[in-house]
Amino acid sequence: MLTIIAENTGNSLHIITSQLAGAATTLGMKSQIICPNGIGADEAAMITGVTKVTSVLGDCFGVFDSTAWADAISSSIEEGVGIILASATPQGRELAAVIAAKRNIPIVQDAVALSPGIEVTRSIYSGKAVEKILVSGDCVITIRPNSFEAAINDNAAPINTVNNSSDVRVAVQEAMAKASERLDVSEADIIISGGRGMGSKDNFSYLEEIADALGAAVGASRAVVDEWGMPHTIQVGQTGKTVTPSLYIAVGISGAIQHLAGMRSSKYIVAINKDPDAPIFNVADYGIVASWEDALPVLKEELGKLS
Amino acid sequence: MNIVVLLKQVPDTTAKISVVSGRINEDSVSKWSMSPYDEYALESALQLKESTNGSLIAITCGPDRCAKMLTDAAAVGADNLIHVVHEGYLDSMQIQSLLSSAINKVGADVVLCGKQAADTNSGSTGPGIAELIGAGCATHVSEVKYENGNFSAIRLNSSGSEKISMSVPCVFAFDKGLSELRRPNVRGIMMAKKKDITKLDAGELGVTVSESEVKLISHASPPEKAPGQKFEGASSIPTVVTKLRDEANVI
Repeated sequence: MLTIIAENTGNSLHIITSQLAGAATTLGMKSQIICPNGIGADEAAMITGVTKVTSVLGDCFGVFDSTAWADAISSSIEEGVGIILASATPQGRELAAVIAAKRNIPIVQDAVALSPGIEVTRSIYSGKAVEKILVSGDCVITIRPNSFEAAINDNAAPINTVNNSSDVRVAVQEAMAKASERLDVSEADIIISGGRGMGSKDNFSYLEEIADALGAAVGASRAVVDEWGMPHTIQVGQTGKTVTPSLYIAVGISGAIQHLAGMRSSKYIVAINKDPDAPIFNVADYGIVASWEDALPVLKEELGKLS
Repeated sequence: MNIVVLLKQVPDTTAKISVVSGRINEDSVSKWSMSPYDEYALESALQLKESTNGSLIAITCGPDRCAKMLTDAAAVGADNLIHVVHEGYLDSMQIQSLLSSAINKVGADVVLCGKQAADTNSGSTGPGIAELIGAGCATHVSEVKYENGNFSAIRLNSSGSEKISMSVPCVFAFDKGLSELRRPNVRGIMMAKKKDITKLDAGELGVTVSESEVKLISHASPPEKAPGQKFEGASSIPTVVTKLRDEANVI
């Protein structure tokens, strides 16, 4: 049996939790789900292949504090439990790493595939290479979002509740900038990214319009994040996010090796660039040699016809 | 105050990564550099050193080539350099045991590191070490300051960002922040060349590196993509959109 640490969105279960259960199914294994602060326990109990859900309640869950959360969560998981799965989101990775250290077992982060054995496939050097690892003992494995099909809901597993808290060390002084309402690039199924070829930060509004039409996230290359002061959270590439959407549209991005590393595993890549020799065309499934000024209005119109 | 910064030497982000017989060919790496997020941790550590009059200890773990990176850190102001010398693959537990033993040897009020290294992309080391040395932990931070006996930082989270504080000891794993990275001056470079590096191995740290239950099977290059289709001009966009819908089924 596998143990899954649930991820939540604040008040309900995050879809990645069903994907973790899907990963367990790939290995032909049943799973138990641990829900920090009890969030999403009812939803977790409905996931196929889940034998038990444990709600861990405690005062420590008010603020994200990985050492406190790991203490509360880990003491609700038996010793020698085998594989613990968690999500490779920023918070999930941190929590998982502390749980592994606490239990004195290794951790393998950001798996994109699993096969019985257990063989783990993960991307390294931000996508410039792939490694396969054999895990033979107890281990924590985090799974990259959207790497596995979500398990379906057709279950009514028992839920039990435990009270486990721990000393909190992180205090929040002040909530600051709100994240944009836009989708996060690391979770989006479609991304439209702009680079220096967009000319200026203001011109990103054209990308945003198309993103809205497609339900896509907006990304950016390192050059524009650094030079135009755009948020680092949307940077795609070796010092930004590594993304694997179904569709990645690169506009005015030349395709430096660091950018390609972060997006080359996308299922389909469309490149729009006025320079026919831009390296981005080497990884594009569909390359369009055109300026963004010419291309984006047509793209917007055509996408509008689809809906 | 003892400020520890953990640094890792990795292939420069501009370097091509080649694979020979199922292993990354390190000999073909054109340039080795400090991992990018570690540079932000180092810059912040230098600012903390200046604001608290503290002592800055730079620690790395890796083969002999990593010594140069420690010297680079000394050139911008690291006071003490510790090199945990180790060749070859280490799992997360092993690397964290080695580094936390080295940290405990010097004693740290605060430990700074990058949120993840540019080679393994894992991000386990900072949080794992926090647990092992009994410290608090925050990742994805920038702008770490020491105020009224506590450390504060700006932490990115899923809903934006927040200012947090933690008491000593604590571990901060850095994201890219607003800080400009400083470059060494000639005097710094000259002084750094004379700086001693304390070399320690697993035995001297009292750590036994036993066989791991996590084994590397192979490295591979990412799968090559089939050559794509290229179109000329914005007038081709209706065709491409149709293909995205009918051929690729992604919209």
